[in-house]
Amino acid sequence: MKKRPLSIGVTGMNATDNPAPGVGVIRSLAEGGGGERLVGLAYDALDPGVYAGDTVRDVFLLPYPSSSLEAYLDRLEYIKSRVGLDVIVPTLDAELPAFIAIEDRLRAMGIATLLPTRAQFDLRSKANLAELGRRAEVNVPKTVVVNTAADLATVHEKIAYPFWVKGVFYGAVLVHTLDEAYAAFHKAAAAWGAPIIIQSGVSGEELNVVGVGDGEGGLLGAVPMKKLLLTDKGKGWAGVTIRDAELLSVAERFVKATGWRGAFEVEVIRERSGQYQLLEINPRFPAWVHLATAAGMNLPRAAVEMARGAKPAPLRDYAVGTVFVRISIDQIAGLGDLERILTSGEILRASPSLAPAFAESDDAPRSAA
Amino acid sequence: MSTAALQNLAISDSGFIFDPTSGATFTLNPTGLTVLLALRDGLSLSGIVARLSERFELLAGDAREDVLDFVQMLRQHGLLQGDFTLT
Repeated sequence: MKKRPLSIGVTGMNATDNPAPGVGVIRSLAEGGGGERLVGLAYDALDPGVYAGDTVRDVFLLPYPSSSLEAYLDRLEYIKSRVGLDVIVPTLDAELPAFIAIEDRLRAMGIATLLPTRAQFDLRSKANLAELGRRAEVNVPKTVVVNTAADLATVHEKIAYPFWVKGVFYGAVLVHTLDEAYAAFHKAAAAWGAPIIIQSGVSGEELNVVGVGDGEGGLLGAVPMKKLLLTDKGKGWAGVTIRDAELLSVAERFVKATGWRGAFEVEVIRERSGQYQLLEINPRFPAWVHLATAAGMNLPRAAVEMARGAKPAPLRDYAVGTVFVRISIDQIAGLGDLERILTSGEILRASPSLAPAFAESDDAPRSAA
Repeated sequence: MSTAALQNLAISDSGFIFDPTSGATFTLNPTGLTVLLALRDGLSLSGIVARLSERFELLAGDAREDVLDFVQMLRQHGLLQGDFTLT
């Protein structure tokens, strides 16, 4: 009997103007691999990645982990029974605490992950960034954590306007007045709850690093990138890989200080003086991760190998000057895809011959009678 | 004085320049490209002017001023260190 291909689930199928990393991770895993079954795990039926049939073969809807961890696990167990989920690569900040909480149970189910510990996850949170900066000897813009809107009235005594108002998971708004600060606070709090992070505004070039930590204080690999074009939400829409030893050193110090295990993204500002200011550490691959793969360093594949217990050799080579430019296109999908994801919460595009161990797909080719 | 940043640049024949450290890109016209390559080669001011005169029709006095202006632009873009002087 033909051996079943490795099945890898990837979350984050949203791919709008503030895209989740899932499609980029799947594109990376599809390159240079061994024919794995790549499964998109989505939270919304209209997530664009659901309809990227050339890239994402099978798709399943997930309930939000915040609603019930048991329901979440039940759903993953069902998906495993359908497509043999061997590894999951979570890519969303908000779901990571849940994945860390159920890591052992997933392992018992036969689902491998590569996750930071809860302590590592908390240390890089926006609220603890100043402490992380001290440990990693990296400059961090002056930061104050507030829990109520009333705290904003006096925050200018510590941080001068303009400053950033940041949600605990996502979102940052530069505010110039108290009224703007109130509005930004309530918007962030409504989306993600307290605390809210107030961070001094710094100006310069935005640089990012995607990397994977080996869990023992070492850097498995990392690729730095300069954003060439930003959206009105401040998200990178184009970028280029660069060679910047100091920036890589920031990533190395972060990994060493935390013993980070798994994917991460470092966001920094390089000021005109040449100093680096650490803005954020994201605990997952960024949406632009496929740029690193295109430059020659397939970090998602290395992370999957690590999740499965391998110790990949450190990755150091990548092509400087590799460019990405995003594009918005209208994906065309058949009504059947929409019907299946809305009514059954899943789309199986796999040929049955590739998955003999599983139930036959609705999409199985039918002979013309 | 240092031209280290110039040595790292990726330079195409068309005059497109990529700085791999900063990620910045620039476009030079043929005379700018000639001057930049001459600076990379370590030529003096008079050497650069001589090379320009070989390749382009220009007056020596204008060329010296243009080269010095160009060097100042490279400084402003961080491609030459502030203490670089062309003699």
